[in-house]
Order: sequence, then C-alpha cells, then structure tokens
Amino acid sequence: MSSSTSLQSLIREARNITGSKQNEIRDSIVNTIYQEAGNIAAETVTNEKNKVDWDRKIDQIITSRIWGFPIMFGVLTLILWLTITGANYPSALLANGLFWIEDQLTNIFISMNAPSWLHGFMILGVYRSLAWVVSVMLPPMAIFFPLFTLLEDLGYLPRIAFNLDRFFKSAGAHGKQALTMSMGFGCNAAGIIACRIIESPRERLIAALTNNFVPCNGRFPTLIALATIFMGGMVVSFSSAVATLSVAGLVVLGIAITLAVSFLLSKTLLKGIPSSFTLELPPYRKPQVGQVIVRSVLDRTIFVLSRAMIIAAPAGGIVWVLANTMIGDTSVLATIAGWLDPFAKQMGLDGFILMAFICGLPANEIVFPILIMSYVSGGAMIELDSMEALRQLLVDQHGWTWLTALCTMLFTLCHWPCGTTLYTMQREQQSWYWTVLAAVIPTAVGIILCIVVNHLVRGLGLV
Amino acid sequence: MKLTILNNIKLNERGITMAGLKSLKELAVGSSAIVKNVSADGIKQRRLLDLGLVPGTRVEAVGRSPLGDPIAYSIRGAVIALRKEESTTIMVETVN
Repeated sequence: MSSSTSLQSLIREARNITGSKQNEIRDSIVNTIYQEAGNIAAETVTNEKNKVDWDRKIDQIITSRIWGFPIMFGVLTLILWLTITGANYPSALLANGLFWIEDQLTNIFISMNAPSWLHGFMILGVYRSLAWVVSVMLPPMAIFFPLFTLLEDLGYLPRIAFNLDRFFKSAGAHGKQALTMSMGFGCNAAGIIACRIIESPRERLIAALTNNFVPCNGRFPTLIALATIFMGGMVVSFSSAVATLSVAGLVVLGIAITLAVSFLLSKTLLKGIPSSFTLELPPYRKPQVGQVIVRSVLDRTIFVLSRAMIIAAPAGGIVWVLANTMIGDTSVLATIAGWLDPFAKQMGLDGFILMAFICGLPANEIVFPILIMSYVSGGAMIELDSMEALRQLLVDQHGWTWLTALCTMLFTLCHWPCGTTLYTMQREQQSWYWTVLAAVIPTAVGIILCIVVNHLVRGLGLV
Repeated sequence: MKLTILNNIKLNERGITMAGLKSLKELAVGSSAIVKNVSADGIKQRRLLDLGLVPGTRVEAVGRSPLGDPIAYSIRGAVIALRKEESTTIMVETVN
C-alpha cells in the first residue's frame, strides 16, 4: 500500500469524523491564528498617534466621484503628451545620425565594388529598417517606460483598478483586469502573463483574450507618428495637444472595446457570474527615481528594443528582396499589395498598409517601417528624417487623407496580436482554440470598425 | 447568539444605536464596526477570513470608488477594496 493512498484514506476518515463541522473548525483555526498574531502585534508594534493620514487624503481625491475619472484621463494624457513632445527632437536627431551612418556605409560598399544587390539587401533592407525601428521607437520608449514605472512605483495602478472595477463587474469580468491592461501598455505578452493574478479561470481568459485592445509599446510609435502628422496637422498651433488627445481618445476607445468584448464573451463563450474580488490598495510610496530609471531602461526599453531589432533586421531584408524582385514590370511586393488592395480599400486602407500589417505579425514595431520601406523602395529615395518628409511621402505620393490615417490607427488598435503574444497565449492557456480566438476576435473587431468608419465618413461626404 | 440579541436590546435601551447588526456594505464611510460573523460560501469565505475578517476584527469604511462600488475598508492596517457581493455577507456591529 503506497503512502499516498493511506494518506487519502486518513483524510477521508478525518472528514467523516468532522462531518458538517468542517467549516467551523477551519474558521476557528483562522480565528485563533489571527488572535495570536494580534496579541503579538499589540505587544511589539507601536503606532504613531495623531499622524496625518496622507494616503487617505490622497485617496479621497483620486477615487472621488468627481475627480476619479478626470484624474485618470489627465494622467494618461499627460504621459502621452510628455512622450509625444519629448520624443520629437531626439527622434529627428537619431534619424539624422543613423542615416548619416547609412551614407558612410554606402560609400564603403561602393569603394569595395560590392554588387548592388548586396548593398540593397544589407543597407537599404536590413540597416535601414533597423535605423527606423531605433529612431522611431527608442525616444518614445525611453520617456514612456520610466514615466509608467514611476506610476507603478507610486502605487497609482491599484487605484485605477479600484475606480474601474464597477465597469468590469458589469462586463462580467474581474477588477484586476484593469491591472493586466496596464501591463499591456508596455507589452501585450507581459499583459497576458500578468493575467495569472486573476484566480478565476473564466475571468483570466476574458482578460487574456481582450488584452490586445490596449495598444502596446510596439504600436504606440505608429499611433503617435500618425496622430502627429494627421490629427496634429489639422490644427497647427496646438498640434502636439491635438495629437495627444487623439491618441488618448484611441486608448479610451480601446478600453470601451475591451469592456464590450468582455461583456459579449461572458454572455456567450465564457458564461458565468463574476467571482469574488478583493483588492489591496497599498500605501503610496515615494518612488525611487534612480531605480525606476534603471529598471525601466534596462528591463523594458532595452528588452523591447532589442526584440524589435532582432525581428526587424531579417524582415527588412526580406521586404527589400520582395520589393526588388520583379514579375514582369511590377515587384512581388506591389503585386501582393495589388491583390489586397480591393479589400483594404473597403477598410479605408490600401494594399500596402494591409500587407505591412500582415508582414508585421512577428512584431508590431515593424509595421510602420515596413510600410515606409514598401512605399519608398524602387521609387524615389527620400531621406525620411522628419515628420514633414513622412507627411509628404504619405499624402503627396500615396494619397493618404485623414481618413486613411484614422483607419490605420483603428486597425493598429484592433488587429491580431504579434507572434510573441500569440505564443505566450498558447503557452499560458495550453490551447490552440483560445490562441486562435485571441487573434480572430480583435481582427474581426478591427475589420468591422474600419469598414463602418470608412463608409460612414465617405457616405457623409466628410473626405 | 443569545448574547448578541441581549446586547442589541441593551443598546436600544440606551438609545445608542438601533439594531446593532448590519452588513458591512451598509457601514457609512468614515465609521467603524466590529465584525460579528462572515457567511460567504466556500472559497469566498476562506478569502475573506484570510484577509483577517474574523469575528472581533475592527473594520473602518475608508472610501467609495467613483461609481459607489467597490468600497475600500481599513482592515488590520491594510486598505482592502470589497465588492458589495462580498461586503453583504459580512455582518458587523457599529462602534462609536
């Protein structure tokens, strides 16, 4: 007889003896433990009397009926505004420097009499997309991540969950989903891992399936760039403010979609009632600024950036090859884009944009660089060292309107998650079914949203 | 149980409070109470006990979230937010 069966029979016997008293016994055990702990604490711990309880005073404002939501929106807007305005200048500086290096590398290739395909693949493909990823992503990340880590360190995030819990409960979801969404701002794969903090499997799945509706760091640069060029461009004098508000508005839309999809899921595929919810609101802490910067730069910025670079390098090379391999007199890239074009037009996009999204499956960071590369490759080479140059490329050469930008931003918010996120989903849930759904749900929402917005705006004659 | 009822009557006589027992959800923000009994089911019950919500514990309602639910309570030096589904299962007696 093995020891485990004898243990089980012992447990069974104990259950028979205790019978219906089991709960009472457990209660009295917990009770005694707490009494004992309370006694020890009373003997040893002294509380400072008459101290002003700042935590409570702050909470009274931050979670108040009047100020709770405006403060949350204000904090979001402030972070985005600092990121957008702060990233502009270093971004241009980085781009200038990196494209200057590109010129020097080109000179070396020429002086070595290297074949033009090698130069094209290595410099115009691999190097250029790397330069794009670094100059577009690094500055916003280097500002956004420390600011966000600062908020975490302060203890503000649990208050967000506290404020929003009522919405999540109505959607049949868990209040801690607000925390996993906050993680999703950094990285959706991290957000899905963070769903482990939700005990109920049903609510954990809802949180994981909808995490993608929070734009991750890989998608923020695209949103920020498009908002700066198009939304900001409409009102020149307040351009960064308008750009900030449109990105913040998009984030709020993402939260609304999260709640709507969570609600639908808990009414259909994941039926059930909300499980128990207890959330600690920890004391506020003075953030350790030095540590915040080190941690956010090393753990997050460098990690995300290097992941993007590892994927962008080969992808850039492949895109260059596709753009320069000719079938008849059009490139493979243009041919594929042509196939996608009719459908993409319905969504307010064009074939190249949709293709860039598809090529961006390995990492969302490279969607915009790929789009730019497929626009410029083969055509006139322009130095894309400023937002103005980017505007000219999109508007003057490829006929973008604000509607194109809006639909691209909407599809950036709602489409399949990146490869890493899907891989993480599969690993966390151990199920292909949920992994496929994690891709299908946001894609379906994105396609419907884009088609509706496109036809609505055109139907009303606004473009 | 008898003792609680007796207590209630005594309190009523002294005119300090009406029926002494009410659910934690009804505790006004800013006032304190002593936990008398927790009657949630299964895992919920254990979670609440684990938070230290055992009979005899002093609890203070600290604040409501903007939409009224959940409510934050100060329990043994920690601030814990509970939804009304949980707080209605906890019976408390108000203290002055």
